[in-house]
Amino acid sequence: MARTRNKSLQAKLVLLGDMGAGKTSLVLRFVKGEFSEYQESTIGAAFFTHVLSLNEATVKFDIWDTAGQERYHSLAPMYYRGAAAAIVVYDITSMDSFVRAKKWVREVQRQANSSLTMFLVANKADLEDERKVRYEEGEEYAKENGLSFLETSAKTAQNVNELFYEIAKRLVKANPSRQSGMKLHTRPGETRRGFLCCT
Amino acid sequence: MDEEYDVIVLGTGLKECILSGLLSVDGLKVLHMDRNDYYGGESTSLNLIQLWKRFRGDDKPPPHLGASRDYNIDMNPKFIMANGNLVRVLIHTDVTKYLSFKAVDGSFVFNKGKVHKVPANDMEALKSPLMGLFEKRRARKFFIYVQNYNESDPKTHEGMDLTRVTTKELIAKYGLDDNTIDFIGHALALHSDDRYLAEPALDTVKRMKLYAESLARFQGGSPYIYPLYGLGELPQAFARLSAVYGGTYMLNKPECKVEFDEEGKVVGVTSEGETAKCKKVVCDPSYLPGKVRKVGRVARAIAIMSHPIPSTDDSHSVQIILPQKQLGRKSDMYLFCCSYTHNVAPKGKFIAFVSTEAETDQPAIELKPGIDLLGPVDEIFFDIYDRYEPVNEPTLDNCFVSTSYDATTHFESTVDDVLNMYTLITGKVIDLSVDLSAASAAEE
Repeated sequence: MARTRNKSLQAKLVLLGDMGAGKTSLVLRFVKGEFSEYQESTIGAAFFTHVLSLNEATVKFDIWDTAGQERYHSLAPMYYRGAAAAIVVYDITSMDSFVRAKKWVREVQRQANSSLTMFLVANKADLEDERKVRYEEGEEYAKENGLSFLETSAKTAQNVNELFYEIAKRLVKANPSRQSGMKLHTRPGETRRGFLCCT
Repeated sequence: MDEEYDVIVLGTGLKECILSGLLSVDGLKVLHMDRNDYYGGESTSLNLIQLWKRFRGDDKPPPHLGASRDYNIDMNPKFIMANGNLVRVLIHTDVTKYLSFKAVDGSFVFNKGKVHKVPANDMEALKSPLMGLFEKRRARKFFIYVQNYNESDPKTHEGMDLTRVTTKELIAKYGLDDNTIDFIGHALALHSDDRYLAEPALDTVKRMKLYAESLARFQGGSPYIYPLYGLGELPQAFARLSAVYGGTYMLNKPECKVEFDEEGKVVGVTSEGETAKCKKVVCDPSYLPGKVRKVGRVARAIAIMSHPIPSTDDSHSVQIILPQKQLGRKSDMYLFCCSYTHNVAPKGKFIAFVSTEAETDQPAIELKPGIDLLGPVDEIFFDIYDRYEPVNEPTLDNCFVSTSYDATTHFESTVDDVLNMYTLITGKVIDLSVDLSAASAAEE
């Protein structure tokens, strides 16, 4: 019996949400298995690539973090270009964070392509004693707006891998079209050609 | 705000964003502000609503043109030389990972009332009606000389010191006729007027080599590449680089006022009643009008069309050069076209631009030779704007003002200005020579 050919997918994934909600911590936990309690805005890294192997496909994520440009409402349109998935993050210990997450959801719906897969993620689930946003509130808002919902903790790694695997599965099912165009790469071995004449 | 920065950058034009990125990577604390609520300044790409607002006031774009956000209309149309300085900077900074490009389909030249493809390979060169057969042989010898020329290897100079021999003298040695000289000077070396003929030939030879190397880079139909979603992506990409290395971004900051001490040295920038302190200011001319002088004007037309430019083999991206001599003008005129295949317009739409250094106050009349080549247009807009260069002394006031974008077809002069400014600001020189030798491209 012939084995089904493994599909390969490359997808841009963008993170959104207030500063301090834990966007970068989520990515670092997923990509590097790290968590830092006292992490300031990340310097020098806001773009990650990571490959996930599923049974039916391999998904390579290009993960974009905001690099702090959201702080003064200065995120560029290019951030949303060609994004196949978006994660909107809020902090369960902050009602303000949840309120602003709703604004980010509307911004994504305005800016990004309509076929994008969006997750609402309630982070810092390990801080149950300081919870200000009930699970049901987040879940209900997500349902009303056609989003998927998950509570996570970047600190304890709760649901972090599950989040990215779930996104990967949905993307494989949705099969988003690839963006055309070429990338400039660093690669040796350029062949040289003559200038409008034979040599 | 109300903080202290090493550098405050005003205006998010491409030059300012490249500088912001480079300075942040160097570890300087950078604050970058713009009065607009979008990135790009004079080098932005506008959506349809923004375009209408800018050129038609309160009018609204007609629905049949499609969704506003599908448009990314360049306000400073140029193409990127595939082997040029901007590609080197993109690779040097690794900003390429945020961008995707397409090779530009073709480069054309207007000659004796007709549009001709600038040959991209031997076969096209043989067939081209731009030169007769014997002239092609003479031109070929000249091209071989240029190809072999190496500034640091005297054996390739054939006894001529190109820092002293003029372009006219060099070309005369190969017996080329005036029509061929015009073609070489304007369609290959991309000079915009004829002053180069009386100047040392080295610059022209270097430009021809850049053209040839760019043509070979991606084996396309032209020496150019162009970013998906328009040129406005470039300042955004470099702004992101700055942010990644700690730069702070504030769009929509009205009236950024530069403050000076008694000695005339910059001390900070005030906006909305708050002042941020800094040691240096970098900005485009509009933020320090008292420190610049007018050096020229650019006339431009922007057209929305539903077809490619006629006589360009149905190309979705082209440049057409109209040499000054063909038009009886002092400067060349340029046509650019890109389309929905570059994600700058909805499906079926093309965006065309006609640009030149202005010689009159009437762009619609002045640009007519270029507009006539476009065929039917759905909408057309006209613009004329001043170009400025700084006249201040940065060592005295610590203000570093960029020069306005010119009407040239590419970004070489843009990057030269950026690199010079970087050296003035930091005292350092960026070495871009190694990066490109390893550069290539791959389809996603």
